[in-house]
Amino acid sequence: MDYVWAFLVGGAICAAGQVLMDLTGLTPARILTGYVVAGVVLSALGWYAPLAELAGAGASVPLLGFGHLLAQGARNAVDRIGWLGAFTGGLSAAAGGICASLVFGVLAALAARSRDQN
Amino acid sequence: MEKGTSPRPRSRNMRLTPGEYSRMVGRASPKSPLRRDVVWAFLVGGGICLLGEWLRKAFLAAGHTLGDAAALTSITLIGLSALCTALGWYQKLAAKAGAGTLVPITGFANAVVSQAIEFKVEGLVTGVGAKMFVIAGPVIVYGTMASWAWGLLYAALRAWG
Amino acid sequence: MRKKDSIVFHRPPSVLAWAAVGGKKEAEGPLGNQLDAATEDNTLGETSWETAESDLQRRAVQLVLQKAATGLAGVDLIFAGDLQAQCTASAYTMRALDVPFAGLYGACSTMAESLGMAACFCAAGMAGKAMALTSSHFCTAERQFRTPLNYGGKRTPTAQWTATAAGCCLLGAAGNGPRVNAVTFGRVRDYQVNDINNMGAAMAPAAAQTLLNHMQAVGTTPAQYDSIYTGDLGQVGSALLCEILEREGMPLPNHRDCGLMLYDRQSQQVKAGGSGCGCSAAVLCAHILPGLAAGREKRVLFAATGALMSQTLFLQGESIPGIAHCVELASPESL
Repeated sequence: MDYVWAFLVGGAICAAGQVLMDLTGLTPARILTGYVVAGVVLSALGWYAPLAELAGAGASVPLLGFGHLLAQGARNAVDRIGWLGAFTGGLSAAAGGICASLVFGVLAALAARSRDQN
Repeated sequence: MEKGTSPRPRSRNMRLTPGEYSRMVGRASPKSPLRRDVVWAFLVGGGICLLGEWLRKAFLAAGHTLGDAAALTSITLIGLSALCTALGWYQKLAAKAGAGTLVPITGFANAVVSQAIEFKVEGLVTGVGAKMFVIAGPVIVYGTMASWAWGLLYAALRAWG
Repeated sequence: MRKKDSIVFHRPPSVLAWAAVGGKKEAEGPLGNQLDAATEDNTLGETSWETAESDLQRRAVQLVLQKAATGLAGVDLIFAGDLQAQCTASAYTMRALDVPFAGLYGACSTMAESLGMAACFCAAGMAGKAMALTSSHFCTAERQFRTPLNYGGKRTPTAQWTATAAGCCLLGAAGNGPRVNAVTFGRVRDYQVNDINNMGAAMAPAAAQTLLNHMQAVGTTPAQYDSIYTGDLGQVGSALLCEILEREGMPLPNHRDCGLMLYDRQSQQVKAGGSGCGCSAAVLCAHILPGLAAGREKRVLFAATGALMSQTLFLQGESIPGIAHCVELASPESL
């Protein structure tokens, strides 16, 4: 059942993004940025945690989940060390993903070259 | 050989106004096939999340904590995305899947990795290093801003509430 | 002789030789077997896409010189342009060609612009032989104007595909080739189109204005031409051009668009059609000029269109200015 929810929720979040792109003409960069900020807001309102509980990776893999991760990180750090946590918590929680993209990006650049789309 | 020294007669301008033209453009420009696009986005996006869930379960089964399993899942998906990007497959899938490949964390990784590969020819520092986050940078900037604002707000709520 | 915006030649200069070079996708298109040369590998063995585009131009020049059985010493001036920032594909091609060079930027209208300039210089006796040369490369355009090639993005239905192609013409004051009867350099028209994925719509009003100006000045009607070719308006821009001219009282029954001729839109996934300087250049040199030389067509208009926007001004919220330059061509025996 977990797998079904992951598929349905993840698919629905992506489908909503596609509807936004097709109907409003928003560029991909704006969709991504909007999704992350929306994830922070949803998490702050306390609405995203139940969804993550239900859908697992279906909620954490889309960029909304990245926003949720940032917001949770900030909140937990504030719980631990006070207001300074607002500065350290978000990026600490998201460090794994950002560092992985960065490292794999440089490695891929060393190994691969730009390809024609033919 | 002397041309154009006399004042040029004004050419007849078109009667068309920008307002009329904008309506004509709206009529003439085909819309994206919404239904087909959404089905593709749903299936591919859902599929990537399904793969993520399978990875998460596998990491949990291997004895990792909930938080570690989530991080490992993200890192694995990012690695797979980097591989597919380097091989040119991610671009081919995304041409159909649209938001289905854009919205998952793999789309974020694709934005970083494709920039890095593309600007390799301009050097490791001035190309790869400098251009890597041109597309994905705003996600980190505004995501971090939002989480910072939320952190301060939460600290204030805790102090007063 | 100047007539309004048009320059009409008393002694029309002649296109002595021409060549079109294309990439892989262009070779697979409907005009594939009419290209003089095509490359399987769009890198052309180079390490960067930019140098590959210069190679494409250099091949086109070499082919023209071969066909005309002349050397570079016989060429007095080359007008060349492309889409790369600061016209660099052309400039770097010229490193290897020791000929006076004037760089042009007219976006995708550059083929008509350079052809028109070369015709004027030859007709006026300012050059014995002059060359007009343009190119575009899908990969250089993508990485400069859009996103990295390996980036996953979905094209909108109005987007156009930048051609990987180069075209080159050698002109002289007299000769047995197709003639340039008249040239009209266009005026910029901006009808407040803001969508960079809908270039055809941004350029259609400029094409309409230039065609109107040309036929008014020369005193012709569309029916007097076998075909009226436009640069690369694609599906959307072509429909808009015909609608505009219908409203202006000059319907175009014999209109053909280079952006719709270079590719098979259905099977080649190019959305609204082809674009880029190389698109109209390749169609001119692979289809239009051979048609005139063989007498399949007697008199045509070639109006290449360009969208003169920059990434900077687009991001500042400015709309896209369009331009179109028109060259009237005729078969050799039609005089």
